[in-house]
Parts: sequence; structure tokens; C-alpha cells
Amino acid sequence: MEVSSQTQTVPAIPITMTVNRRSISLDVEPHQTLLDLLRDRLTLKGAKRSCDLQVCGACTVLLNGRAVSSCTMLAYEARDAEVLTIEGLAEGDRLHPLQQAFIDHAAFQCGFCTPGMIMTAKSLLDENSRPTEDQVKKYMNGNICRCTGYKKIVEAILAASGQG
Amino acid sequence: MLRPFRLHEPETVADAVGLLGQYGEEASLYAGGTELLLAMKEGLLHYGHLVNVKTVGGLSDLRYDEGAGVLRIGSGVTHRALERSAIVAADFPLIAQTEAGVANVRVRNVGTIGGNLCFGEPHSDPGALLLLYNATTTAQGPSGIRTIPLSEFAAGPFETSLEEGEVLTEITVPRFPTGMTGVYEKFGYHARPTVGVGVALRMDASTGVVTEARVSVGSAGPKPVRVPQAEEILAGKTSAELSSAAVLRPAARSAAQEADPIDDFHGSAEYKEHLVGVLLGRAVRTASGAV
Repeated sequence: MEVSSQTQTVPAIPITMTVNRRSISLDVEPHQTLLDLLRDRLTLKGAKRSCDLQVCGACTVLLNGRAVSSCTMLAYEARDAEVLTIEGLAEGDRLHPLQQAFIDHAAFQCGFCTPGMIMTAKSLLDENSRPTEDQVKKYMNGNICRCTGYKKIVEAILAASGQG
Repeated sequence: MLRPFRLHEPETVADAVGLLGQYGEEASLYAGGTELLLAMKEGLLHYGHLVNVKTVGGLSDLRYDEGAGVLRIGSGVTHRALERSAIVAADFPLIAQTEAGVANVRVRNVGTIGGNLCFGEPHSDPGALLLLYNATTTAQGPSGIRTIPLSEFAAGPFETSLEEGEVLTEITVPRFPTGMTGVYEKFGYHARPTVGVGVALRMDASTGVVTEARVSVGSAGPKPVRVPQAEEILAGKTSAELSSAAVLRPAARSAAQEADPIDDFHGSAEYKEHLVGVLLGRAVRTASGAV
């Protein structure tokens, strides 16, 4: 598959990656973003395009366990890596504790920011399994929500960590 | 939407330099991409060729030469790595703290200190902070390797003193001398800081006066700067004097002027001057142990 720009033809690059524990091989054009790949080619619509400037967090996915803005990351950078999206959290019918906590604590309204919130929260709890409220707020400060006022989100994350 | 480009993956700095030379204005170095890809997505910049420095060996090394008391930061080290490094936390805690405040965790996971300095966004903290340490930078280019004091690295908004085809490879940071305490205060409600002020003071334990003062101001002007006239005002003062308006007001005025604040989206020059004064006062009080 080849793509022409105004000045050159850039061949697509074959890569392999793991997405939600499934190995995938595909060709990516260097300029394709990870968000576009996830949403348009893999039909994983959980990660959202919102600000497209990596400041809102709605596109957050985990790349080798680290929270990244998929809107501003080249798909190519996921080569040989493990990508985890919101769709990969539940095990069959069993929700991840974070997902359950968000439901139990009514930590979403429109739900648009929610996948990004949960993925960022997961990376927080993976790094620090019992964060303080202050640590939660600081870690999550790059994920923006227009609906909830954040209180329930913080509560849900603390609850998921087993702390109230 | 990003326009197509070719991605090159050099394995050595020399190869990266060669690629920059080969493609000239059509090429840019590409590390975390947290600034570059944004600008390219918005159509403000376009390069037909990106030179991936993440594939170059050695650029992401973070080493502490304990004997010399010098931290060697590879230009490819991410903000997150600096934030989380045990070495940095132990001997350069102010760096760990300030890096922890850069943007958000996603940017810090991917963005590099070298990319930050080379992109030259005035509204940024690391450049202003590292000026407090009298840091130096190392660059490799077609003419060879040279060191550039960090104070001469930033040239203006989005401009550095790197020459065509030069690659920033390392930032070298000497530890504060014994007895020096550093503080970095910032204000901002956007993703990028509005104003940042760093203060490092060395107080003589027996005489109780400042033997060395280092002050830097970031984000207010076209580039981060040390403010030597403000430093002179603070030098030789006692802790009590440092808390007084008689010292802080002229120091603040001097620091604000030396920083050359500009009107922009973050606020007017006057507003930033005011913030510089407020942050300087807080930082001085904290650094002198008054708080």
C-alpha cells in the first residue's frame, strides 16, 4: 500500500503489535496516529478523539503499561508493543474493579471522558496500588471531564484501590 | 491531520547528523513528538523526513557521576524517567519535583528533556529550572562535538543556538554546592506554565547571610534566563532581610525586568511581572528557611 504526499511516495511499514492481548500484524503509514489505527482500522471506539492536542486525555490508552495520548502518537510507535484499551479491561463478563467502581460511584455522566479516565487510573494503580487522594488528583490532572466535577471519579479510583 | 512523511531510524548520532545534512530543511529530529507532532498536526510545521532519535543508542542514558557530583542526562531521557529516578530524587530532588509538574503524565511518559529544550517553547519549566544548576549541553554536528552552556542554549521563542545539522546529545547538571537549597515556583492554569521562578540560595551557617544566590525566570519572556541583578540584591542578606519588602521589592522588580516579559495568550507583560514578584517572594522565603 503506498501513499503519495506532495513530494514523495511513502511506503507503508509492516509491523506487529499486541492489542488487548491479541497479536496483530498490519501495515502502517508513518504519519498514521495510534488513535486512528485503533478507531478506524481496529474498530475500537473506546478511545475518543476530543481535543486532538493531548491535553484532555480522552484518547488515553496504555502502551507497554504507560498512559499515552494516542491522538499524538504515531501508530508505528506501537510496533512490538502491548497496547491496552478500555475494551481490553473486562475479562469476559467480569468488569475490571475500576470499571465496577465507576459504575458503583456514578463516576460518569455522558461517558465521553470515561475510557481515558479509567485507563489513566489503571496505570496509576499499577504504579501505586494505594494512592492518597492527593496523589490521585495529581496523577489524573491531565484528564478533563466536563460533566462530573471530578469528585465521584476520585472516589471511584480510591474505592477501586480498596481504600473506601 | 498529519501529512505523510518518511521516517528514518539512525542507530548512531553520526548517522542522525548525516540524515539531517542530507535532507536539510525537509528533515527534523523526532523524539517523543509531543511538541513536533502537535505542530505538524495543526499544519504549523511540515517535514517530509523525520529522523527518529529514539533508535540512536545511548541517548536515553541517565547517569550520575557521584565523584564529580554531576548528573548526565541523555537528551532522549523522558520527563517521567527524571521524575521517577531514584538517583535524581536523592541528589537532585528539585529536578524530580519540577519534572513531575511538566504537562500531564501522558506527555511526561513520552516527551524528552532534549526535545523540550530543542523545541524552545518559552512556556516551559525544565529549561528555567536547569539554569539554576549552571547546566551545560553537549551537541554533535557536522563540525564535531561541542559543549554549550545551557545559559547560551535557548536563543528565543522556538529557537536554539544549535547549528544546522546539530543534535543535542546530553545535558550535564552539576549538583548544588553543599548548603544550597533550591525552590521552583510556578503558576499556570493552561497545560503550559504562565510564569516560573527558580531560586537557589546558599546560606553561610555561621554568619547567616546568603553567600550565593541563583535566580532564574521562565515562561515570562522569550526564553528562560538567569537574572544576575536580582541575584546581586539577594546576595549578602540575612534570612530576616530576605523576607523584607526592602529586599524583595527591588529584587522582584529587577527579576521581572531582566526576564523581559512579553504580552501573549497567557497574559500581559505587566501581569507576568507581577507574578514574577509574587513567585520570587515565595521562593526566596522557602529557600532561606523562613517558611
